[in-house]
Amino acid sequence: MNLTLLMYLVPSLIMFGCGVYGFLTRKNMIAIMISLELMLNAVDINFVVFNRFLFPGQLEGMFFTLFAIALAAAETALALAIIINVFRIAKKVDINEINKLKF
Amino acid sequence: MESVGNIILYFVIAVSIIVFSVLTVTTRKILRSATYLLFTLFATAALYFQMDYPFLGAVQIAVYAGGIVVLFVFAILLTQQPGKDQQQMQSTRRALALTATLLGVALTAYCLFSYANFAGKIVPQAAEFDIQTIGRFLLSTDKLGYLLPFEAISILLLACIIGGVVIARKR
Amino acid sequence: MPLNFTIAVIALPLLMFLFLGLAGPKMSRKIAGVIGTLGMLVTTIIAYGVSLTYFFGDAEGQIADGVRQAVVVFNPDWLSFTKTLVVRMGIMLDPIAAMMLVVICTVSLMVHLYSLGYMCDHHGHAEKGFQRYYAFLALFTFSMLGLVVATNLFQIFIFFEMVGVSSYLLIGFYYSSPAAKHANKKAFIVTRLADLFFLVGIMILSYYTGTFDFDKLVFGPNGANSLETAGSAIASAGGQTFLGCSVMAWALTFIFIGGAGKSAMYPLHIWLPDAMEGPTPVSALIHAATMVVAGVFLVARLFPMYVIEQGAMDIICVTGAFTAFYAAAIACVQSDIKRALAFSTISQIAFMMTSLAVSSAGGNLIEIHGGTGLGYMASMFHLFTHAMFKALLFLCAGAIIHAVHSNENSDMHGLHKYMPITSFAFLIGCLAIAGIPPFAGFWSKDEILVACYEKGLGWGLWMSAVAGMTAFYMFRIYFLIFHWKEHKIHTEHAPADQPWTMTLPLIILGVISIVAGFVPAHSLVTWDGAHLHTQLNWTVAGTSVAIACVGIGLAYRMYFRENNLPQRMADSCRGLWTAAYRRFYMDELYQFITHKVIFQSICKPIARFDRAVIDGFFNLLARASRSAAYGIRGFQSGDTQSYVFVYYIGAIALALATIICVAL
Repeated sequence: MNLTLLMYLVPSLIMFGCGVYGFLTRKNMIAIMISLELMLNAVDINFVVFNRFLFPGQLEGMFFTLFAIALAAAETALALAIIINVFRIAKKVDINEINKLKF
Repeated sequence: MESVGNIILYFVIAVSIIVFSVLTVTTRKILRSATYLLFTLFATAALYFQMDYPFLGAVQIAVYAGGIVVLFVFAILLTQQPGKDQQQMQSTRRALALTATLLGVALTAYCLFSYANFAGKIVPQAAEFDIQTIGRFLLSTDKLGYLLPFEAISILLLACIIGGVVIARKR
Repeated sequence: MPLNFTIAVIALPLLMFLFLGLAGPKMSRKIAGVIGTLGMLVTTIIAYGVSLTYFFGDAEGQIADGVRQAVVVFNPDWLSFTKTLVVRMGIMLDPIAAMMLVVICTVSLMVHLYSLGYMCDHHGHAEKGFQRYYAFLALFTFSMLGLVVATNLFQIFIFFEMVGVSSYLLIGFYYSSPAAKHANKKAFIVTRLADLFFLVGIMILSYYTGTFDFDKLVFGPNGANSLETAGSAIASAGGQTFLGCSVMAWALTFIFIGGAGKSAMYPLHIWLPDAMEGPTPVSALIHAATMVVAGVFLVARLFPMYVIEQGAMDIICVTGAFTAFYAAAIACVQSDIKRALAFSTISQIAFMMTSLAVSSAGGNLIEIHGGTGLGYMASMFHLFTHAMFKALLFLCAGAIIHAVHSNENSDMHGLHKYMPITSFAFLIGCLAIAGIPPFAGFWSKDEILVACYEKGLGWGLWMSAVAGMTAFYMFRIYFLIFHWKEHKIHTEHAPADQPWTMTLPLIILGVISIVAGFVPAHSLVTWDGAHLHTQLNWTVAGTSVAIACVGIGLAYRMYFRENNLPQRMADSCRGLWTAAYRRFYMDELYQFITHKVIFQSICKPIARFDRAVIDGFFNLLARASRSAAYGIRGFQSGDTQSYVFVYYIGAIALALATIICVAL
């Protein structure tokens, strides 16, 4: 039995699906951020897997993942700062109660 | 033919990724959710190690598991009362979200498996890069050098630090 | 004075307008008026210099083949429609233009000076809007001067519109009074309607001849009016006809209608009596002396073409003769002195029109067309003298109105004792217009009558009768104002002669009215520039003086002392008297046609169509997009997850579509 490309992509796909589901169903903004991290992570896996299986002699996929991780860190830090600020003002972090940004 | 150990390792990783991902988005307690995310990230790091990207695996553990999850835990502890269950969305809405998610997954799976002839046969090929090479790539200005994105990320992180301070500071 | 100083004559009033219009509100009222008047004085002096140089100078290029030629001072291209059809903006001097310069500047200067006194309340304080008044006067003077020196039809049209606008602004000077507002709208709309015909006429003419320029339309190689040039211009239409008349006759008739609108010929005269709502000096300048003769000037400008197209000329002739009688008949019964003078103006302008129309070209073509061109000269001469004495009459009327604060002659009566100078000036004006020698009107009117008798005995008798009526109604006004009975003093201020700024113009114009008849018009403003030999026709002169004396005598008998004869005469033919007093119901007829016919049966349905269909369509669009917006604004719910959901579904749909396309 070989470990093929497909076998690595399936867990990544399921992880991504979980991220989407979590994003759509969670109320807590922090939980939504967590779902977002899942999706990002799934994409990272894809980069690395394709790099390994298709172009083993190069490092592009790995670097993309590296930078994506850095970006994710930055984005999470900012998002959490915003969430904490929102919490400070509104005393809640439920996304369906923070809906003043509309018509 | 892969070694049996490798295959077992793969299945352990795959199963833990799937299980912990599902648990992350289904558990009612937010702190547990963060914990399951941590496990998922560890499993991913293990995947990187298995595919001979030790540096990436290390970064994954250091930044994601060590940094981001800790941030999450801080944020959760700052905003939540411990032990309290999260409220759930209405069931119709959850059903709708589940349908949409499954639809997307099914669609992607269909694409994946329609390439099964190709994707099911191809196997990983070994190619080791040591840290030195990666370092040279990161800081070189050659055709394949990554100095510019590296510096851009540096500036982004700086901006992010300042932004975080500005946003979160007490007025 | 070099002829290119004419540019200064045109430019100075424009500069005065800009200066007074922009800086006027910042300065005191009196100073603005004095500056305007001084500017006009300089303009007048230059205009006199230019005109005298043109008429009596013998510099090179002024006289060719023994005739005084038109001098184009400058004429740059302004708009080129095609290579040949170019609109130019220029300055051209020919005998009638040079004469008009003198007329316009003289009357305008008098009016500027007079207004310094007239536009003040009885404490001597200048009225509100004094600066605006002087700015508009300068604008009018500029427009009128631009009109008379125009080098082409299109330029004339532009300045025609501009004098219309300045007339509109000045009639409505007291814009808070509803009567003034209605009057200026009426004047603008009626003249604008006529100008529409003018424009159509210009377009037809330029379409066939390929030019707007007078030097290609009417001027011969020696720079004077030439029948050959006009004939070839008319021949360029190739003898095409429309509804049985040649297209050129149509074009010229349309152009005449434009002139008739400005010159208040029947049936487009209805605006002029109402225009008397404006300040009286404005009536003197615009509605008696200058703007209203623009139509006469226009016909005179294209005279050679009209001579060839006798059909158009006949229309002018009939219109003029009828209007002269019609307006004179109305003037006989009006009680408002300005209205009576307005109808007198209409009648006198009709005299000029008729005189132009009965004239036939003389000179070297005398064998072909007969006649001597006397009518043309007489018309221009009468234009000159009439401008002077009618401005005098209006300014006198203004002085009287200023003194008694009323336009009705029933409020005046017996003012001779109180305002001797005004009375004397008014008498000079009346004698001049009645045609008593040696006053100015005698000489010009006599020439007109001679020209009419040359055309035919009927025309001559008709116009002589109208001349008699003129004498009657003018002296009726004079006697009713200054005699009839003792003045009843309403206020503690007894009416008296007005301040010198108002009296001086009366004296100057009075002197001009006495001597203007001796200007040698027959050698200066003939149609072809050549000297015209005239001599006093004793028969005609004697008859006309006799008729005038009869008119004056009748007026003396009826109106010199209070008696019941006028009342009995009015009662004996009550219907006719009322009809004349109501101006033969022309205004009512217009009212009926516009309101009952045009508004009700044409405009109302159009308005309804516009509101229901056109507006309805756009309202429908607006309402549809509004309800669509209301419908979809729920999408922007502020619920982040629904945005993500929609985005996600969209992405899936896109992917699905791609997959299906690839699979197919």
